[in-house]
Amino acid sequence: MKKKKIGALRKRLLMYLTFILVLAAAVVFLMPTVLTITNSFMSTTEISANYGQIFENSTGDKKTYISEKVNLKFIPDFVSFSQYKTAFITSPAYLLKFWNSVILTVPIVAGQLVMASGAAYCFARNRSWTANAIFFVYIILMLMPYQVTLVPNFMVADFLNLIDTRWSIILPGIFSPFAVFILTKFMRRIPTAMIEAAKLDGAGEFQIFSRIFMPLCKGTLYSVAILIFIDYWNMVEQPLIMFKATGDELYPLSVFLSQVNTNDAGLAFAVAVVYMIPSLLIFLYSEDYLVEGIAYSGGIKG
Amino acid sequence: MKTKAAVPPKIKEKTGRLSRIKQNERRLVNLFIVPSAVGMLIFYILPFFVIIFQSLVNNPVKKEFVFLENYTKLLENTAFRQAAWNTVKFSLTAVPLAVVLSLVLAIVLLRDLPGKSKLRTIFLSPMMVPVASIILIWQVVFHYNGVANELVMLLGGSAVDWLKSDYSQLVVVLLFLWKNLGYNMILFMSALSAVPVDVLEVATLEGASRRQIFFRIKLRYLSSTILFVTLMSLINSFKIFREVYLLTGNYPYDSLYMLQHFMNNVFRTLDYQKLSAAAILMAIVMAVIIGFLFFADNKVEEDIEE
Repeated sequence: MKKKKIGALRKRLLMYLTFILVLAAAVVFLMPTVLTITNSFMSTTEISANYGQIFENSTGDKKTYISEKVNLKFIPDFVSFSQYKTAFITSPAYLLKFWNSVILTVPIVAGQLVMASGAAYCFARNRSWTANAIFFVYIILMLMPYQVTLVPNFMVADFLNLIDTRWSIILPGIFSPFAVFILTKFMRRIPTAMIEAAKLDGAGEFQIFSRIFMPLCKGTLYSVAILIFIDYWNMVEQPLIMFKATGDELYPLSVFLSQVNTNDAGLAFAVAVVYMIPSLLIFLYSEDYLVEGIAYSGGIKG
Repeated sequence: MKTKAAVPPKIKEKTGRLSRIKQNERRLVNLFIVPSAVGMLIFYILPFFVIIFQSLVNNPVKKEFVFLENYTKLLENTAFRQAAWNTVKFSLTAVPLAVVLSLVLAIVLLRDLPGKSKLRTIFLSPMMVPVASIILIWQVVFHYNGVANELVMLLGGSAVDWLKSDYSQLVVVLLFLWKNLGYNMILFMSALSAVPVDVLEVATLEGASRRQIFFRIKLRYLSSTILFVTLMSLINSFKIFREVYLLTGNYPYDSLYMLQHFMNNVFRTLDYQKLSAAAILMAIVMAVIIGFLFFADNKVEEDIEE
């Protein structure tokens, strides 16, 4: 009896211990995001008093007070919206970069979904040897890193005179094979009986596609959209290569932010928060879809 | 597909063709892929052949074949070597850590912990936070006078220049784990809950210990997922350039000089030969790794089916 009790006690203790460890890890995971948000409510003076050390040396401006040590602060002394005011009203340059991000990402998400739905429909219905071989090519291309795919993308963009235009990023993005992969995996699970029934009712291929497959895929389409969005909202590699002459004029906020940091740290915090709002909102409202999308991408074979 | 079962298989083999109706249907189905396939051909596949060609000639104007000369030149290039070595070193540390730690997280979060769905949300959240938004905090933490050093000194160590020393690889490994653990964790969680319950029940009835159940049963069912997570982590590890670039710009400390930095520099000078050779070389390496993982995946599946 006693032994059993000790065993149970040990088990419970172990559980508490893991819980505390996991909790600590969770705090560490949450911290950067939370700190960025709270710091965006600091005024410029407070920012330079706390982080002057870090962001000062690059500007060479020695007038403001520089603290000896860096002070990572949780809660600002005074909650101030001045940084947001600057970001939105005084210097709308950042707003413009935000728009650059939107206008690059949205067409890619929409376009890739349209292209991929068609391709996935074909791969789901046509299971011949050739179709499978083509699907395999899609998978291989999906698995290639940017260091490989950007070179062909650049060459075509150069050939078509698209360098320094948004199309040089949007077009390869639309035809990127990622969405095809997940959608095919989902569509292949749609039972053939449903298709046969639709055919008996006189539905053509396009009707089967639009009336049966698309409605069934709604959830998956949304999951895939989130995954595509987050990847392109985060883009850094493509603009650095594709926008050569225009410089930062076309840069999305992701690249531009790294250049803001050094000059206007306080402002950068506010802009950083504005930048993460769309993806955080999507996350908070559709975490389940995201999780489903990730789970669906698991496993290479369909 | 099911309808074909009505035709005896022998006859089907002899004619070796689908009926006319089936053929028409297939033609229509194939139309759906045309837009995507055309785009793929134009933006990925055709230029890929051009690149293979470019990597074998001496310059874009003369186009004389030099075969592997571009490749040998590339392999002798110190910048390329440095970048390749750094990338390999980073991936070899970051990927195994990402696989193991996320598996541990997944196992722990599937237990009966209070608030585990909230915990899942927290671990997944870095995936959705744009790298650029968080970079300021990383700068504050890893600056010479930053928080990390304050902690180190508090513990009695001496300050380290995190981003400008050999510790910089450690920093980016941490950033990588922060960003990617959640994604891997979800993959493992869904795989773990897919392990057939009856198999586990039988094992428990037969007196298998928890350790045995984990190593002999769960890990075996998980092996396919482990390979997939390894592959995804590897691909994501090439995206660490984002963090490195946003933190340190075009010319980082030596040990942070990644392949993408090298590519960017070559793009700037537009040396098509070097660029093509580098891309093809990386494609070959990736293809070998993917091929190996596919092969291992097949083996593993046979193993489970037995």
